[in-house]
Amino acid sequence: MNALFANATTLLLAAEDSGEHAETVLADGGVLASAAWLIPVVPMVMAFLIVFFGKRSPLKGWGMAVGAMGFVALYGTVLFGIAMFGDAIGYQGAISIGDVGTTTVEGTTSLLHLEWGWMVDGLSSMMYFVVGVVGLFVFIYAKSYMKGDIRYTWFFASFTLFAGGMLVLVSAPNLIQLIVGWELVGVASYLLIGHYWEDHENSSAAIKAFLVNKVADVGLFIGAIMIGLSVGSFRFTDIMDVVSGGGGTPLATVAFWAGVALFIGAMGKSAQFPLHVWLPDAMAGPTPVSALMHAATMVTAGVFLIGRMFPFYNSPEYAEEMRWIIVIIGSLTLFLPGLIALVQDDIKKVLAYSTVSQLGYMMVAMGAGAYTAGLFHLFTHAFFKALLFLGAGSVIHAVHSNNMSDMGGLRKYMPWTFWTFLIGSASLAGIFPLAGFWSKDEILASLAYAGDNYPVDAGGEALAYTALVVAIAGAFVTAFYMTRAVSLTFFGGYKGHGEPHESPKMMTVPLVALAVGAVTAGWLNIPGVTAYFTDGVNAVFTAPGDHHAESLNYGLAVTASLVGLLAIGLGYLLWYPDKETQQERDTFRIPVLYPLLVNKYYIDDFYMDVIVRPIRGPIAQAVNWFNGHVIDAVVNGVGFGTKALAKPIYAFDQRGLDEAFNVTAAGTAATGTFLRMFQTGKVQQYAVMIFAGTVLLVAGLIIF
Amino acid sequence: MIIMQFLILGAALFSLGVYGVLTRRNAVLVLLSVELMLAAVNINFVAFDRFLGDQLAGGQIFALFIIAIAAAEVGIGLAIILLIYRNRHDANVDNLDLMKL
Amino acid sequence: MFDSGWGLSLIVFLPLLGAGVVMAIPKANEQAQKVVAIIFALAAFALAVVMAFQFDYDAAGTMQFGTDLEWIEVINSRYIIGIDGISLPLVVLSTFITVLAIIYSWEHWPEPHNPKVFLMLILILATGMTGTFVALDLILFFVFFEVVLLPMYFMIGIWGDRNEVSIPVFKRVMEMRIYASLKFFLFTLFGSAFMLLGFLALYYRSGDGGAERTFSILELAARNELFFGTFAFWVFAALFLGFAVKVPMFPLHTWLPDAHTAAPTVGSVLLAAILLKLGTYAFIRISLPILPDEFETWAPFIGILAVTGIIYASLACLAQTDMKRLIAFSSVGHMGFVMLGIASLTDIGINAAIIGMVAHGVITGLLFFLAGSMSHRYHTREMARLGGNQKLMPIMGAILGFTAMASLGLPSLAGFWGEFMALLGSYNPLEGLNVALFRTLMVFGAIGTVLTAGYMLWMLQKVNFGEPKSEWDGKHFHDVDGWEMAAWVPLIVAIIAIGIYPKIIFGATNEAVIDLVAHAFGG
Repeated sequence: MNALFANATTLLLAAEDSGEHAETVLADGGVLASAAWLIPVVPMVMAFLIVFFGKRSPLKGWGMAVGAMGFVALYGTVLFGIAMFGDAIGYQGAISIGDVGTTTVEGTTSLLHLEWGWMVDGLSSMMYFVVGVVGLFVFIYAKSYMKGDIRYTWFFASFTLFAGGMLVLVSAPNLIQLIVGWELVGVASYLLIGHYWEDHENSSAAIKAFLVNKVADVGLFIGAIMIGLSVGSFRFTDIMDVVSGGGGTPLATVAFWAGVALFIGAMGKSAQFPLHVWLPDAMAGPTPVSALMHAATMVTAGVFLIGRMFPFYNSPEYAEEMRWIIVIIGSLTLFLPGLIALVQDDIKKVLAYSTVSQLGYMMVAMGAGAYTAGLFHLFTHAFFKALLFLGAGSVIHAVHSNNMSDMGGLRKYMPWTFWTFLIGSASLAGIFPLAGFWSKDEILASLAYAGDNYPVDAGGEALAYTALVVAIAGAFVTAFYMTRAVSLTFFGGYKGHGEPHESPKMMTVPLVALAVGAVTAGWLNIPGVTAYFTDGVNAVFTAPGDHHAESLNYGLAVTASLVGLLAIGLGYLLWYPDKETQQERDTFRIPVLYPLLVNKYYIDDFYMDVIVRPIRGPIAQAVNWFNGHVIDAVVNGVGFGTKALAKPIYAFDQRGLDEAFNVTAAGTAATGTFLRMFQTGKVQQYAVMIFAGTVLLVAGLIIF
Repeated sequence: MIIMQFLILGAALFSLGVYGVLTRRNAVLVLLSVELMLAAVNINFVAFDRFLGDQLAGGQIFALFIIAIAAAEVGIGLAIILLIYRNRHDANVDNLDLMKL
Repeated sequence: MFDSGWGLSLIVFLPLLGAGVVMAIPKANEQAQKVVAIIFALAAFALAVVMAFQFDYDAAGTMQFGTDLEWIEVINSRYIIGIDGISLPLVVLSTFITVLAIIYSWEHWPEPHNPKVFLMLILILATGMTGTFVALDLILFFVFFEVVLLPMYFMIGIWGDRNEVSIPVFKRVMEMRIYASLKFFLFTLFGSAFMLLGFLALYYRSGDGGAERTFSILELAARNELFFGTFAFWVFAALFLGFAVKVPMFPLHTWLPDAHTAAPTVGSVLLAAILLKLGTYAFIRISLPILPDEFETWAPFIGILAVTGIIYASLACLAQTDMKRLIAFSSVGHMGFVMLGIASLTDIGINAAIIGMVAHGVITGLLFFLAGSMSHRYHTREMARLGGNQKLMPIMGAILGFTAMASLGLPSLAGFWGEFMALLGSYNPLEGLNVALFRTLMVFGAIGTVLTAGYMLWMLQKVNFGEPKSEWDGKHFHDVDGWEMAAWVPLIVAIIAIGIYPKIIFGATNEAVIDLVAHAFGG
């Protein structure tokens, strides 16, 4: 019908005063950019095709799914490569899908446009790469893992739908499309968490995930509405134009609350404390789902959102003032759930809480103004966390149980899994020179930097340094619980039945591939040596303007490493399986702390008992009762009342009005009967009456 | 002129006539009484005619009218009574109440 | 054909003609009745589609394909019909759903089986519905508005649920269909009586400017400076009563759950998909242009009622045990969003309302189809007895899941635009309206979306997931059959199409709405 194509071409950027980049010219990108709409579309279309044709295809839909992911992986690699190593592309294309009314901003009225589009810039390219590559490996792994599954084809359809939704999200050039992608991944998450819906618990976990996210989405919607209507457009480039134009705009007036609102949305999707409760329960889904969605990609959408809106959050006239909230929440998130990981028996739950904790790191970085650091951690985390989950899946597959108490000593039986898992754990713990070390270190360095430069009226030094301390403590906890997990799973004696064996090649090869990533991914951004990642993600339309480290902050690096090694050592001592003291140690419980941790700080209970159960139970019942017994009672009352009113009226009619007529008639008859007495038929009587009458008449005439 | 005596005579006759009409049981006697009333009225008319000295002699003319009409009325009345007697063999007015409601 | 006005009249009256032809067919010849009915319905739909293509979208704000003929001269009530960007999607929707209803009914007749009369009623209903959307004269509008009541009354009263129900508080026991049909008819008529008073008042006042009194909506809109003060207040109140019952707005909504639950499947579908739109359409077509200033005064009140409806209905949904009743309450909630959009009195909000109407029509229409088919197979609507439906009837379960997602406003499906745009409209309501109030309403509306998601997902969990209950062991359930598919696939396609490319609706409505708001509020 009426399609509009909007082409943004070359944009000249003036960087902020960080000094690293003088002027970045974003290339047009040519065909690569203008065809990039295929990246989200191919998986979405493939998902539909799998639903209808998957069962009939030779590989039962897997081939189609992996094909789509492979395509995305390839495309994403190329684009991100260009962003990092070559002339970065800055492109956005869009198709109009309707105009909806008008908005008036500072006097000018314009039509409000709705568009689907795609963006090719550093940030989105990075996400394409992550989603594509990690996704590809997870899909390959899943072929073997999901073999014999009750709903194999449907699984891959939903999984591909997820990939498509995630790509719609990260390619979005406007807030509305971002919301669309956001909700789509929410649905995919719901479908996949509840994959084994025969069990009530699984479908409940799926609903929990969806609803917690929906609650947070209230914030997202409101934030998007506030921003969109204050700017007159939902496009990121338009919003950033307003931001870079200085303060005093309608957007500036609402910026604080809009920033808070958007962050609330991010809190839901990225499982920030206290909206993190859905993520551990989401482990009910198959492990590949946990690996891709709830570790590497979907949960990072919140961090991505802050990243996409970063100039908005980095500008003092706009939302910079609310960043202390992000720092605090991020700090809480990185520390508290980590402690819960220490008391989990289910290996996936340990990893889930670990993910929550790492997301906290990313958010803290964003809150402290460290755009690159946060995204870098997102990048490396995707690799090693996916690796850890897939490794856990491998173990679960072999042992047929999620619980570490059924495992032990698996390093003998599953060497590939063991070594890759170990590499992943080490990377997570931040051991030099693995990927996690570099990204975590960059976050710590940014926090330290922020200490000197954080806006004073938003907490300033104190806040940033507190966050730094918490982050270092968090590093300790991370290494601590990972050591526990590794020890309980791979060391000691096997506590389960039978003899576990290594997983098939289709599962171990992706493990190795991801392990390579977990080792090398960090080398893209060695401070002072390489800055490819920085170049990549900073190649966006409006420069985020964050600080990039010139050289390694040796003090912090050493501190963090020492802390990590200390934790590993301590953990090793505590948990290394020793046949004699094992039992004792396993059942050792710290008095107050243990129940608090096992009950997850009672937050879940609070949500269930104070919010969910009352609403679903008494409140809903009360509303329903009110509807039937009060409102309807009025309505029915009018109806029955009218009918009841009719009865006396009818009675009045029958006995009252009618009676009157009847009485009148009877009266008339009675009079007649009386008068009849005079009609005797006797003439003489009549004569008497005539005579009497005449006499009276005459008398009357004479007297009167 | 003396008038009072004639009037009293007329009144007495009239009253007798009324009494007869109202109380006699035989229909013929009722008719008789009616005749008596008419006669009394005649006396009254003539007496007033002489008393007032009417030049038109209205009273006397009225008396003549009355005599004529009385005769006609008696003729019809007696005819009716005769027919009633033939049909019902009873001339007692108390029993003639077929028009009763 | 369209330019002369005949085409539009044909779209309106063809179904009625079809009803007449069906009446002539002997009762035994069911096949002929069905064929004739579908032919007439398809003809009306085809004409509507052709009209949609011939419509001038650049002039969507003007009345097109209209006609203006003398009708009742003594009161200057004329036969004026016309289509603009606002009515166009609704007319297409109306004819579309009629066709689907007949297709669905092909092999699915509710008891007591009487296809002839049932089809006649559907066709008469179609005329009434389509007529309401194109009528531009108040008396004509009233006629069509009321015409829809009778067929629906009979549909519910004869083919409805025969279970006995005890009425709360009064403790009378009656058959559900009788109770529901009477309640629906009388309640709606009650409102309409006041509405008619309002119409008459407008008529009488319209002559004050010197011109002849008129019932023409466009004329009255042009003369709207004649209506002000207490007169406008009372007339608006009268119209509000009539329209609000139809929407249905809280607290005049209680007829809806009973009517929907008792009605046969096709009745519920038509009721939900189209009849509910008559009320909201009337607000946009009549109240807004003719009494804009009064609307502005009432807007906060309407907004509050709308959002109360959203939250209230969602909470009530959570307490339901009957699947159809749950869906019925969800309709109240969705219409709350539509009314919120209208109450904001912005072009964004009204656009939201219209797309919300169309989306609700297709989505809830499909939901009721599904509920009906499921209750037909299970012979129950109690969710406690259902469960594991996904195992017993996979395709039905999948479509149910899809539609539930659409109903809770999943983006990329039709429902999202209505909800999101309504919230968008509330953020910046019309100049002069209380911004703080409307933004609060926006927040509560957003919270309403969470509750909506809650009850839909909970319903899905109860019905679709888990294991089938033991009472269904050994029973074989026929999954979706050809006729049901034929009726549902177009709806699924429509839901996705509108979701992905809302320009299908906005392309028609945007111009018209912008013009409407501009004329009403000056500018």
